[in-house]
Amino acid sequence: MSIFPSRSWREYPQRYRMEAVKFKKSGKTYFPPRQVDPTNGDTECEKVVLPETGKVTTYTVIRVSPSQWGDLSPYGLAIVELTDGTRLFGQIADCNVDQIKIGMDVRIEFRLIQKEGTHGVLSYGYKFVPKWY
Amino acid sequence: MAGIVGYGAHLPRHRIKVEEIAKVWGADAPSYKKGLMLREKSVPPPDMDTITLSVEAAKNAFRRAGNIDRSKVGAIYIGSESHPYAVKPSGTVVGEAMGIFNDCHCADFEFACKAGSEAMYVAMSHVKAGEMKYALAIAADTSQGAPSDALEFSAAAGAAAFIMGTEDLIAECLYTHSWMQDMPDFWRREHEFYPQHGGRFTGEEAYFATTRGASEAILKKSGMKPSDFKYAVFHQPNGKFPQRIAFELGFTQEQIDPGWLAPRLGNTYSGASPIGLTGCLDVSKPGDLIFMCSYGSGSGSDAFIWKVTEKINRVRNLAVGTHKLLDENLTYIEYGTYAKFRHKIIKNK
Amino acid sequence: MRPVCVVGAGMSQWGEVWRKSFRELFVDAARAAIADAGVDHIDSLYVGCMTGGLFVGQEHIGALMADYLGMPGIPAAHVESACASGGIAFRQAFIEVGSGLSEIVMASGVEKMTDCSGDEATAALATAADAEYEVFNGATFPGLYALMAHAHMHKYGTTRAMLTAVAVKNHYNGSMNPFAQYPFKLKPETVETSVMVADPLRVLDCSPITDGAAAVIVCSEEVAKKLRKPYIKVLGSGLATDIMQLAQREDITTIKSATLASQKALAMAGKKITDIQFAEVHDCFTIAEIMVAESIGKYKPGQAGAAFLAGESALDGKFPINPSGGLKSKGHPVGATGVAQVVEVFKQLTGKAENGRQIKGAPKLAMTQNMGGTGASSVVHIMEVA
Repeated sequence: MSIFPSRSWREYPQRYRMEAVKFKKSGKTYFPPRQVDPTNGDTECEKVVLPETGKVTTYTVIRVSPSQWGDLSPYGLAIVELTDGTRLFGQIADCNVDQIKIGMDVRIEFRLIQKEGTHGVLSYGYKFVPKWY
Repeated sequence: MAGIVGYGAHLPRHRIKVEEIAKVWGADAPSYKKGLMLREKSVPPPDMDTITLSVEAAKNAFRRAGNIDRSKVGAIYIGSESHPYAVKPSGTVVGEAMGIFNDCHCADFEFACKAGSEAMYVAMSHVKAGEMKYALAIAADTSQGAPSDALEFSAAAGAAAFIMGTEDLIAECLYTHSWMQDMPDFWRREHEFYPQHGGRFTGEEAYFATTRGASEAILKKSGMKPSDFKYAVFHQPNGKFPQRIAFELGFTQEQIDPGWLAPRLGNTYSGASPIGLTGCLDVSKPGDLIFMCSYGSGSGSDAFIWKVTEKINRVRNLAVGTHKLLDENLTYIEYGTYAKFRHKIIKNK
Repeated sequence: MRPVCVVGAGMSQWGEVWRKSFRELFVDAARAAIADAGVDHIDSLYVGCMTGGLFVGQEHIGALMADYLGMPGIPAAHVESACASGGIAFRQAFIEVGSGLSEIVMASGVEKMTDCSGDEATAALATAADAEYEVFNGATFPGLYALMAHAHMHKYGTTRAMLTAVAVKNHYNGSMNPFAQYPFKLKPETVETSVMVADPLRVLDCSPITDGAAAVIVCSEEVAKKLRKPYIKVLGSGLATDIMQLAQREDITTIKSATLASQKALAMAGKKITDIQFAEVHDCFTIAEIMVAESIGKYKPGQAGAAFLAGESALDGKFPINPSGGLKSKGHPVGATGVAQVVEVFKQLTGKAENGRQIKGAPKLAMTQNMGGTGASSVVHIMEVA
């Protein structure tokens, strides 16, 4: 299914600027943001910006990939825990897939996530790259 | 006095050696390496483009600028010849990603390899005129070289970003000069995937005449001589051209070294001399004078004379250095992966 | 709630069924179930289906199927919860009969997955995950379960051999199931050298793309008794959801929705997990069978893999799992799977499992566990011989 431009546009604060939400009562941060805290139903929250670095908590290597990422196959996917404890999911870029390890340090980098052929809108977002500096 | 408040660069991790490309086309690698002084070039993977490179370079520029109020950035200009969209600005994507919106000027710049340096001049002019407190200029490219063409050996990718302002400068801009003519040395028609060029015609009357024109004019305007400068950066479509013009004008290898990146980076088009400038800033000391002259086919050259302040010592290490990006953590690829990354393979729709 | 029974079951052909359309598959299964039960009418119909829209451009599935069954006019509704669609269709039938609203309700499931390209099928399946934050970033279903597998292996030392044991055992069972898509045995080496899809999951760790339908007739005990055929009772039903994105869950080595759903079902049935004698669980990937067995409380966290390697889940083991062959060997026409699990339990409890697949010792109490996506929904039923 193609991505209609409004769907991408609505997610800019999250995908471009890593904006998350932190709920008052539980102190938990969720990315992407949500309106209700699933742990206690709290709706009082503030906007927070996620830190740029973290560690891989689990990963896989996609070897049979959807056509949008055919040129990048095989590629890594990981759940990363950032330095503030927030966990998020994303692709691993610029890394030999055989070198991905649980516990690996990564940093967030702005990348092109999807594009629709030669004519559609370009959808940008974040990926994880090995933290080498 | 206007100048650079923050600067940063970003480069891809992937590289391809001249020998790899030569092998496929039956070309003579040693003569390319010797003749053009090129060893390898950077290759952007499919998820990297002018916009993503610009965002990462801008992040580094903001790191070095310190805690400046982003709402005071009044313009964002990206100069490139590989903007991802033909219609829809790169600047708005980068602006949105950097949190610079809504009260901000924006338009994309195009002038072959000097789109970025022109953006730098215009951004600086805005702040100098008191129109706004800061203006962001980015020079970025992921240009294409046609398969088997000489330019395929050098067309590379990279970005440099500069936040211009009038206070707390890392480098003051003492003089600028721009020289241009209409020169059909290198062009790309709308809807064409690869550019065309005039071969040897791109040398004397194009690159050299234009660069010489701007360089001699700014030296005259400023009353300075080459020996006054610590570093000099020229547009670098290969290693040879900038070296030749530098020596002709009276600069030395030592002066061009920190900004002479083409042999290992390739030609980053709009990014070329701006990235070279970041390489010089990274190693400069307070009081150093840096000479910079870009070149864009078509043609034009933007010359700048920068004076580094003591702020460089405080901020140099707040972001990753250009030479580190150039030399470390590299992945070498072969031609097949390169062709795949650069969309040179015909696929089914 | 009054007692609820299952009196008949039917399946269509399962596999790449080029000659049968979406609606024809349903009708085949539905008519087989009606014939098996011996009922002369049904009061209403639930059809579980993940996405007729994305696979074949067809929604309004309840109405379409009632129409093609030759019963336009009866109440009918489409039930969706990704891969748990069928199990929830069965739960809806259970509720409708149990509440007294209806006497005879058909619970069915159907999916037609081969009338589109592989890429389209993968994209359709991916809608069971988080579209904007998992799928958008390159997640595939094998990829998401692979993340869970790596986490489980890292935390508990679960091994490749343990995953293989699940696939081998399910294929052994499925080789005796006349409705299975892949009715052949597998050697461990074949599993472990099959193409890697998403590390560590290989193609033979993954359930296939399947066309198929299943249906059961759910009725009151009064109706069941009048039919004078062997029947079973549905003692409990439990449904639970969980956070959709893996990254936002506390612990991805366990399936919380399966834990909650099984607790609710067991409580309703007045039973404990130790009373359950065999189960049909949702082995969309080999690691899923391991995690579900732990999540429902049959094994302690991290211990199911070793138990499976030792043969505990085999037909003649301590706790047979997936005597049908599971999703792995039987196939996984998404919306039909949950109902097919009930079909198997019905056959096993009434002594009608084919070809030597019958669990010995006349088991009396069984569980089905059916889940959607990476476990954001789970539905569990407890069934007993009448």
